[in-house]
Amino acid sequence: MHSSSTISHLGRLHSGTAWVILAILAFLALVVVPVLYWFVPPDSPFHMPGWMVTLAGRFLALAMVALALDLIWGYTGILSLGHGVFFAMGGYVMGAHLTRVSYEDRLPNFLQWLDYSDWPWYWAGFDSFLFTLLMIALVPGVLAFVFGVLAFRSRVRGVYFAIITQALTFGGMHLFFRTETGFGGDTGLTNFTYLLGLDLGTPQARLVLFWVSALALILAYLLCRWIVTSKLGRVLTAVRDAENRVRFTGYDPLRYKLFVWVVSAVLCGVAGALYVPQTGVINPSEMVPSASIEMAIWVALGGRGTLVGAILGAGVVNVVKTWATSAHPDLWLFILGGIFIFVTLLMPRGVIGLFSRRKEGKA
Amino acid sequence: MRLTARVATGLLCALLLTPLLSPGASAAMEDAQEQAEQLGEEQEEQLEAELAEVTDEELAEDTAELLRAMATQDIRALQAAIEDIAASQDADTLPALLALRDRRLFFTDDETLIIEDARDGTFREAITGEPREDLDAGDLNEPRATNPIRRILRPTIGALQIFADDPAARLAAAEELAERPRPEMRDAIVAALDEETAAETERLLNIALAQLDLDSEDDARRLEAVEIVAEVRASRLRSDLQALLEVDDDGNHLESSEEVREAAAAGIRAIEDRERTARFVSDLVFGLSMGSVLLLAAMGLAIIFGLMGVINMAHGELLMVGAYTTFMTQALFALLIPQYFHYYLIAAVPLAFLGAGAVGIAMERGVIRFLYTRPLETLLATWGISLILMQSARMIFGAQNVSVASPPWFSGSVQIMQGVSLSTSRVGVIVFAIFVVGLVWVLMNRTRLGLEVRAVMQNRDMAACLGVPARRVDMWTFGMGAGVAGLGGVALSQIVNVGPEMGQNYIVESFMVVVLGGVGSLFGPVLSALGIGVTTKFLEPAVGAVLGTIIVFAAIILFIQWRPQGIFALKGRSADD
Repeated sequence: MHSSSTISHLGRLHSGTAWVILAILAFLALVVVPVLYWFVPPDSPFHMPGWMVTLAGRFLALAMVALALDLIWGYTGILSLGHGVFFAMGGYVMGAHLTRVSYEDRLPNFLQWLDYSDWPWYWAGFDSFLFTLLMIALVPGVLAFVFGVLAFRSRVRGVYFAIITQALTFGGMHLFFRTETGFGGDTGLTNFTYLLGLDLGTPQARLVLFWVSALALILAYLLCRWIVTSKLGRVLTAVRDAENRVRFTGYDPLRYKLFVWVVSAVLCGVAGALYVPQTGVINPSEMVPSASIEMAIWVALGGRGTLVGAILGAGVVNVVKTWATSAHPDLWLFILGGIFIFVTLLMPRGVIGLFSRRKEGKA
Repeated sequence: MRLTARVATGLLCALLLTPLLSPGASAAMEDAQEQAEQLGEEQEEQLEAELAEVTDEELAEDTAELLRAMATQDIRALQAAIEDIAASQDADTLPALLALRDRRLFFTDDETLIIEDARDGTFREAITGEPREDLDAGDLNEPRATNPIRRILRPTIGALQIFADDPAARLAAAEELAERPRPEMRDAIVAALDEETAAETERLLNIALAQLDLDSEDDARRLEAVEIVAEVRASRLRSDLQALLEVDDDGNHLESSEEVREAAAAGIRAIEDRERTARFVSDLVFGLSMGSVLLLAAMGLAIIFGLMGVINMAHGELLMVGAYTTFMTQALFALLIPQYFHYYLIAAVPLAFLGAGAVGIAMERGVIRFLYTRPLETLLATWGISLILMQSARMIFGAQNVSVASPPWFSGSVQIMQGVSLSTSRVGVIVFAIFVVGLVWVLMNRTRLGLEVRAVMQNRDMAACLGVPARRVDMWTFGMGAGVAGLGGVALSQIVNVGPEMGQNYIVESFMVVVLGGVGSLFGPVLSALGIGVTTKFLEPAVGAVLGTIIVFAAIILFIQWRPQGIFALKGRSADD
């Protein structure tokens, strides 16, 4: 009974046209890209070079971060400036697995320097892929849960919440910068070679990682869409717009906020786990406060409160960033700073806002 | 209103144009910086230059005899010559020894010693002091100052300095000896004590002598030595006293005199007591000074965020503006009025206030005033401003840190109690923090602007009804907060590196200080900054600096649970939102 209603609910996530568009995008990512990369010969103008596949895979992972942040900020009105810490936690869990698999019996140098002769207890279990998958969700999830209970229970809101999430990621960064923490200090974890028996240097690995990232993003999108269109999502939006009224109507905002906060953190962790094997390194710089603030601008640029906007924003900013940091490294911060100011002053609804306004104008 | 807006736009344009003008400016700046560094170093070299100076007077015959022996290329003979000089206790040989150390000592083929003047590179005869302009470097032989020679040269120079004519040189030598007494110098110390007239130098020499006498044959002398050593209460002497209490394998005391043993034990207790107090005092003072740094960094934010409620993520860059203003003031002083160079810091204080204040007003007029109703978006926009300011600084001043020299009256150290000495800049930071808090208090409570600021903060509409121009007050408040941040930047320029990224390090901590202290009060941040500083310092020995910071952060997050509004919560109507 219940499951059939869930399925019918899933069907109602989108209008018919939107489903078609989504299907086309999914087809592009899951079928066309692999074909262009794998089957089209390298000398053809349609061939997609390997670096581009990996780059696109990384962008997909970052788009997932934007999705997670939009869920908590755009829909629930809680601005987190500490999502970098969840991203990094997912990344470190994946990094730990890759390190154990790549090093096998040897110990990495940073552990030998700490006088360990064997993997210390907090490295236990990461040789198993299933355990790692579990931890990718569990580590950011539990951290978010504890932090969320503390913050939401005492009704820390708005800018205060934003600031203490900054403190969270700042503290996390310092913790992982310490060599004694046992995760490689400022160099972090790197020199990965294998994942699930797949040599990470090979084209196959590139393609598989891209493909998994694309699939994960599609599923994450559907999950978020499902959350925001359900009754739960309505309550979240109500919390965003008038938290006290929600409370007086008999709902307990704490539970709703906590739920969506943890979901958002886990999504972010998964994104981190997908990002790390495609970058080949995870280090504490993912947790610098500015990285988390930059994530917020992806969402703001694309359009808060629209999932497509968040993905679009992450894509646009990162493409511009990749281009600008190599072509005009001096100008990149001017561009990024300009985007911040321009978007907040003149485009409060983001890029998506431009489209919808035009549509309204026509109608 | 219109006019200010236009001025602000102009300022913003100027800010954006500066990178274009930078190449010429930065070259001039480098020259200025070089000059500034030179001015800073001169002071230190003065003492040694005086000692090394060769006078026109002819040296006494026995001194000359000693020196002549150095005109050789045989290492053994040179070594013997230096040993003879050391035994002679003749301070007149110092210029030649310093010249040998700095490779400025030569001799001619007829074994006349020649010293090259350190300042103008001219040659003089070491013994007669006569200028020898007929010589050039090709005519001269050099004694071979190999490493073994240097090893005996260094203590010899030190020892001879206790016979120097200059009291400051004698004091420096005595300090060195009290710190590291050398047995072979015992006779020299006794001889110097006979002639010494300065009390402090005499005290230090006595300490040095007492350390050497701890194993004297004479019981009474030993007891006296133990008492002198115990009186110093320096931790490094503890093991010397400990040695007197040791027993051999049969349980017999190595030290025969009961009295000496008791004096030694009492000395150790005194040292331990003092160590404990010193540690506590130094932790406390260091903590307070660290807290003062935090407070100076956060004070501007306490106005902008605490009073106005604007989340200014560009706060760190306002600190940076203040620090770079200090740097530029320094450069200007070095270029235009080098004779007053050491006082640039005083001029930098008002300039940094005005500079950062102007940037702040431009920010408020250009961006922030449109966003007062949307606090979360202010956060993003100010972050954008911070990126632009940071990159501008990088393009104008370069990505590397620039060096800001502390003026001589600001370097050096202050002894608070024995064993606890603080660098003057740390003490200066505490004093400066008091000044800034006082300044803000006066601005807030004793000026028309302060009154209007408080009125707008408490009830904006009512204030506006009573004729307070609320929007203009916003602008001036923001400017004032930014100016105070600039003052914080002046302080930071003296203790940390000045570079484009310097502000980033302080932003999170500054917000923590304000949030913990409580929004809307100025006393709150003072208490929270000092509290964070002292707590971190006391945690540090136990858990390390990094973990200490993390623990303090966690404690703040937990504290906000308990008092979400900070230590000093606003009460009454204004606390409603």
